Amino acid sequence: MPDLRDLYQDVILEHSKAPRNYHELKTANHKAEGYNPLCGDRFTIYLDLQDDSIHDIGFQGSGCAISKASASMMTQIVKGKSRAEVETLFDRFHKLVTGQSANGNQYQLGKLTVFSGVSEFPVRVKCATLAWHTLRAAFEGKEEVVSTENT
Amino acid sequence: MTTVAKRSPELPGSYLRAAGHRFDVRKVRGDFPILRQQVRGRPLVYLDNAATSQKPQVVIDAISRYYERDNANIHRGIHFLSEHATEEYEAARRSMQAFLNAQDTTEIIFVRGATEAINLVAQTYGRTHVGAGDEVLITAMEHHSNIVPWQILCEEKGASLKVAPFNDSGELLLDEFAKLLGPRTKIVAVAHVSNALGTVNPVRRIIELAHQQNIPVLVDGAQAVPHFHVDVQALDCDFYAFSGHKVYGPTGIGVLYGKSALLDAMPPYQAGGDMISSVTFEKTIYNRLPYKFEAGTPHIAGAVGLGAAVTYMNGLGMEDIAAHEHDLLAYATEALSAIPDIRLIGTAKEKAAVLSFTLDDIHPHDIGTILDQEGIAIRTGHHCAQPVMQRFGIAATARASFALYNTREEIDALVEGIRKVRKVFA
Ligand SMILES: Cc1ncc(COP(=O)(O)O)c(C=O)c1O
Repeated sequence: MPDLRDLYQDVILEHSKAPRNYHELKTANHKAEGYNPLCGDRFTIYLDLQDDSIHDIGFQGSGCAISKASASMMTQIVKGKSRAEVETLFDRFHKLVTGQSANGNQYQLGKLTVFSGVSEFPVRVKCATLAWHTLRAAFEGKEEVVSTENT
Repeated sequence: MTTVAKRSPELPGSYLRAAGHRFDVRKVRGDFPILRQQVRGRPLVYLDNAATSQKPQVVIDAISRYYERDNANIHRGIHFLSEHATEEYEAARRSMQAFLNAQDTTEIIFVRGATEAINLVAQTYGRTHVGAGDEVLITAMEHHSNIVPWQILCEEKGASLKVAPFNDSGELLLDEFAKLLGPRTKIVAVAHVSNALGTVNPVRRIIELAHQQNIPVLVDGAQAVPHFHVDVQALDCDFYAFSGHKVYGPTGIGVLYGKSALLDAMPPYQAGGDMISSVTFEKTIYNRLPYKFEAGTPHIAGAVGLGAAVTYMNGLGMEDIAAHEHDLLAYATEALSAIPDIRLIGTAKEKAAVLSFTLDDIHPHDIGTILDQEGIAIRTGHHCAQPVMQRFGIAATARASFALYNTREEIDALVEGIRKVRKVFA
C-alpha cells in the first residue's frame, strides 16, 4: 500500500508552505499560464531568458501542496539552465513521477527525487508536472493557457 | 420539504413497509453489495453520493433479470419478448409518474440524465420562445449543466443570461431574484438543491413569482430527488429534471418531467425511430407524447433499473430517508464545525445532505488524497460549479455528501481523517 509519508515528504511540505521564487518577474520576457481543470490548480511562470538560458524565473498562482512544491523546486533547479538542459530534466522528472525511472536515471535530479513518491499516487502526477508543462510553454512564448488536459 | 411520500398502489415496495417501522441503517447497508468491500485496507466510507450513489442489489438484479429474461426492442415487435420489454419500460414510466406525482405518464420523458433533460428544454422550448433581446434567468449556484445550455441558447439568439445572486450562507436572494424577473424573461431555470452548497432553494416561491408573470420554470432536481419527496403538481413547476444514477439507479438514464401542454407545443429534440407516427419524404407526423421526445431505442434496462430504485426508496419511505439524512447532516455539521480552521462553504438554513468545506489553506486535493488513504471517498474540486467557487473567492472545496446508507460512525471516520490531514500539514 502506498504510504502518505512518501508523497508528503517534509521537503515538499516545506516548499508548499514557503515557495521559493514566488513572485512576478519584472524583467520577464516570456511567460505562460498553466491550468489543471480537474482540481483548479493555476500557475503563471515568468521567465527572463538570455540566449536561450534561464537567467531568472518566478511563479505565482494557487494549487495543492504537490503542484506548488514542484513549481517551487523546479524554479530553483532550472535557474541558469539552457532549454535543452531543461528538457532533459523534465524528461527525467516525468519518468521519476510516473515510476519509469531506474535509480541510475535520477542523475541530475538532485533534490527533486523527493517526488518519487508521486508514482504511487497516479492521480497526482498531473499536479507534479503542471509547472514543468507551463515552463515548456513559457519557453515557446505561448500566450494561451496550457492545460493538463491537452498534454 | 418532508411531506409524506404519496404511496401509489402501483409500487409494490410501498406497502412492504409496515407503518411505524424504524429506519434501520444496518439493514439498509446490507442491501448495497459494494459497501461490503475494503479499500486500501480499510472499510469503504463512501461520502461522494452527490457525484453518484451506489446501487442496491434489487436494482442490480432488476437489470440482470431484464437482460436474462425480457430483452427485446420496445414498441415495435408483436412477439412475446417485445411485449414484455415494452411493458417493463412503461411500468418504469408509471413509477416515475408516481415518484414525482405527475398528472400523467405522458409527461415523463426518459432521457440520459439531468444534463440531457436541460439541453432538451433549452433546444426545443428555448429555441422556439427565446429571441433577440430576451432573457433567461438562472441563479449563481447552478451546476454547469444548468448554465452552459442556456448560454449557448442566448448566444445563438442574441438573448442574455441573467443570474440571481446568493448571500454568504449560500441562500438565494429572493428579492434580487424577483427584481430580475421581467417582461423579457422567457424562462427561469433553478436548482432545487445546489450540489456544491447543499442549499435547498425555495422553488415553490420562485415558481409563484415567475408564474405571476407567466414565465415557465425548469427545476434541476438532480440533487433533490435522492433526499426528499418531490411533488411536481404541488410545486407547479413546468419542467423538472433528474438523473437516475444519483437516486440509486443506473447511469445513462434520467427523467424530464414537463407539463403536457408545454411538451405538446414543443418541437422534437432528436429525430429518428419511435418519435414519428408516419414518415413520407414529403412530410413526417410526429408521435404523441412522450414518444415524440424519445427518438431511437432508449436505455430500456436503465429505465427498468431506475424503476427498481424508486420502488426501493419508496419501500424505505421517503420521509424516513429524509429524516435519517437530516440527522447525518446535523451530526456532521456539528462535528466538522468543531475542527479548528475548518470553514464550511454553504451554511443555508435549508440544506440537504451536502457538506462542502475548506481546511486552513490546505488544498482540497491534498485533503482528498489523505482521506482516500483512510478508505474515505469524498469529492474535491469545483464540483462543476465554478461560479460558486468564484463567489466565495476559493478555487475548490472538499465535499462530503450523504446517502441513505451512511452512518454516524462514517462521519466519525471522516472527522478522524480530517484530523489526520491537519497532522500531516502541521
Ligand atoms: C445540481 C446538478 N444538476 C445537474 C447535474 C448533472 O447530472 P448528470 O451529469 O447526471 O447529467 C448534476 C450532477 O452532478 C447536479 O449535481
